[in-house]
This record gives sequence, structure tokens and C-alpha cells, in this order.
Amino acid sequence: MLDQKRLQLRAAFFQAIRIFFQDQGFLEVDTPVRQPLVIPEQNIAHVPSGAHFLQSSPELYMKRLLASGCQRIFQICRCFRYGEHGRLHLEEFVMLEWYRLDADYSDLMLDCEQLFRFLEAEVADCHFPVSLAGQWDRITVEQAFQKYCPVSVNQALQEDRFDLLLVENIEPHLGSNIPTFLYDYPLELASLARPKASQPEVAERFELYMSGIELANGFSELTDSAQQRSRFEEEFNKMGVRDRAQRKMPEFFLRDLEKIDRAAGIAMGLDRLFMLLAGQNSLATAVTFSPDELDM
Amino acid sequence: MFAASDLRKGLKIQIDGQPYIITNFEFSKPGKGQALYRCKMRNMITGNQFTQTYRSNEKFEKPALEERNMEYLYNQGDEFHFMDTDNYEQTFITREQLGENVNFLQDNMKLDVLFFDNKPIGVTLPIFVNLMVTVAEPWAKGDTSGNDTKPVTVETGYSLQVPPFVVEGDKIQIDTRTGAYVTRVKE
Repeated sequence: MLDQKRLQLRAAFFQAIRIFFQDQGFLEVDTPVRQPLVIPEQNIAHVPSGAHFLQSSPELYMKRLLASGCQRIFQICRCFRYGEHGRLHLEEFVMLEWYRLDADYSDLMLDCEQLFRFLEAEVADCHFPVSLAGQWDRITVEQAFQKYCPVSVNQALQEDRFDLLLVENIEPHLGSNIPTFLYDYPLELASLARPKASQPEVAERFELYMSGIELANGFSELTDSAQQRSRFEEEFNKMGVRDRAQRKMPEFFLRDLEKIDRAAGIAMGLDRLFMLLAGQNSLATAVTFSPDELDM
Repeated sequence: MFAASDLRKGLKIQIDGQPYIITNFEFSKPGKGQALYRCKMRNMITGNQFTQTYRSNEKFEKPALEERNMEYLYNQGDEFHFMDTDNYEQTFITREQLGENVNFLQDNMKLDVLFFDNKPIGVTLPIFVNLMVTVAEPWAKGDTSGNDTKPVTVETGYSLQVPPFVVEGDKIQIDTRTGAYVTRVKE
């Protein structure tokens, strides 16, 4: 359980985030946590809730709000991912997501820089573990594999070692002196992101790292509805879902996506960010109650 | 069989025919990627350690481990002999296999002996043991060096730090997990 000092720090942290986005003209929104249909994603297991599921991210509903005419929106909400527990994972966690119409992933990177600098300036007693000054580091996934791994990114993908090498060889180096953006992911690892015009084999997706810890995942949104449908089909194939009846497409989402031209969105794990700002090294001591402290 | 999602600190698994205990465990999952289970493991026979990262589709055999309640009898050189109190069968464990535990063995002590494939590989001691102090320097009254502990040796030959009031002939309680002094025992 957090002590009084840290409860106050956590409250000030959330409040500052809201002020930052409100000041930038973002509208705070809320969307359903219980959803009948989940985002088809290979590596995410959902927590059932009756005949529904608890959200793993509000992503699809945030994009539907963009389609309805919202320019800039943000949400702070609880997300759930079944079976994820460890020093840096909780099955229930707090996510910040924000979306911009007429923007791409580089706009989101600037948002991250400004948000963190705002928090550093405005929240008393919050201490970033690295310097935020100057332009943050940017390294493409291809460069990172060249620099830190024995094999290229393509070879790693072929051998199904991408995630392993990322975790073991690359992540420990990222964001150790200054926050780092790892960007331009292989297209197959970004099922909701837009292909890069100048390099169509990669998607305009990035992850933000600080002290070797992944904090956020952002991308230029894939807004081509037909292409999005076929990406979902590919995810179903990877998930091994052969039953046609189980391959349920989020049709309202795909319909609304047609109304969006350009957009970008990002999801940031706030418990992890707070953990770093509060000088903790495990989520268990950064959230109000850790899973071990719940009555069984 | 265990699945990768069963892996956790303290779990015992079999790899290449050898029993291992997981001494350190970290779950990781890069954004939108696969779950990975990083384990630091110790071979329960040789003590060798290694680190390996497993993926969610991997499976692990359960090692054929069995604990039997036995009584410590005596040692002959580096062989330490134990007897099963149910069937009077005897077995021995080497000093090397006992490791630090050798510091806390007393004649007729009841403890659990761990067998792998019916061969003894180690012991689990009671958490607390009471041992007699055999060597202790008297505490010089007015010692101003600021030390609040002094070294003593107990009947097994093990040395540790204790408070100054402990004297030769005292029985003291020791935590076998840490090897540290707990309290003086009145008998």
C-alpha cells in the first residue's frame, strides 16, 4: 500500500497529466471498459467479464471518436491483460492514451517530450532517472539490431527471435542517458499502424524507452479500412483461429475508420512511468495496492 | 509437465535429466510481442547456475524429487550418514553436497533428505537450530571500540557474530537460512 507521501505524489502526477492535455486543447473522454468483442491481437490474452471482456486498450473506441469529429482526445483508464505479471507487468494497470487527427507518429514523439518536461517542472518530488534536455535519442529497429544483435532484423524475424533479441540485447541499452524512441517496426509487428510511404516494409510505429523500460507505444494510424480488415485476418491466422464464427470483425470500427484521413495515437503505461518518477524498481511498490496486498 | 506460464521463483524443473531450482525469475513481454520468461536456475546436484529465457510454448518436465524424514547419525570423513526412521535404511551425503548445511548438523537431528531418482542430493534443515558455544572470548567491560558483537565458535566448528553477553557453554539459536544468531537459549 502506498504511504501518504506517495499517494499524494501519485495524485499530483495524474492531475498534472490532465492539465497538460487540457492546456493543449485535448478533450478528456471515457469509453466502455467491458467490450463484447476484443481487438484481434496475437499476443494479448483478455480477461473475461461475463460474456464480455475487459479492455486491453481503449484503442478502437478512441479512433471511433476521432471519426465522429474529435480533433484531439485523451483518456486515462484501466486496462487488463490476462497472465501478465512480473516486476514490470500487472494484469490490471493504468493506461494513458491520446490521439490526434491530422498528425503522424513524429507529432506524438514531440508530445512525449513536452509531457515529460511538463511533469518534471510541475510535479514536486518527481524525479526522472535520466536527463530530459535536448532532443531525445531516436534509433530505428533496423539500426538497433545492427548495433546490438548478432543477426539482422529480417533474420531475427525469420528465426522467430525478434522478441527475444529485443528484450535481451536491445532494450537494456535504450534510454539509459536520455529517453529513446525505437521506431519503424517491421510491418507484420504493427497490425494497426500505417506503412511508411518511403519504406513500405516498415510501419510508422515507435516505442518510448527510459532506463531500459518500455513506456509507450505510438503510431501513425492505419486508416485504410480494407487494409485494416486484411491485417486483422492475418492476426486471426497467426492466432490459429480457423473457426469462421470466431473470426469476428469489429465492423463498426472498420466502418468508422473510413471517415478518418490522417491520425496518430499512443498508449503509455502510467504505472511504469510513475514507478520511475517515484524512484521504485517494481510496479508492486508504485501502485496503490499491489496484487499481493489484496484479500484472497 | 509444467508450462512456461507455471515458471516462478522456487519452482523445480528438469532439464537434460538434471533437477534445477529457479532462483530468479523475470516475466517480460515487449510491446505487442510474445511473453518471455527469464529464469536463473541452479542445478540441485552440482550447484552450477545458468540463465535462460523461455517462450510461452515451451514445456518442462517435473523432476522425480522426494523428501524423506531422516535422522543424522555421524560422519566419516566427508561422508555424512543418515537413517530413515521408518525403515532404518541408511544413506550418506557428501560434504560438498551439504554445502553450508554442514555447519548446523547435530547428532540425532531430524531433518528432510532430498532424493532425486532415489539418490540423496541434499538436506532441508529445521529453520532454527540450538548449538552450544565452545569458544568465546570474554567481553572486556568498558570496551569502547563501539563493536556491539563479537565472534564465537559453536560445537560444529561454525563461527558467527553474537552479542557480547554470550559466553562459553551457552546454547544459542541460529537461523539456518542465514547462519545468523537469533537468541540465547535458556535450558
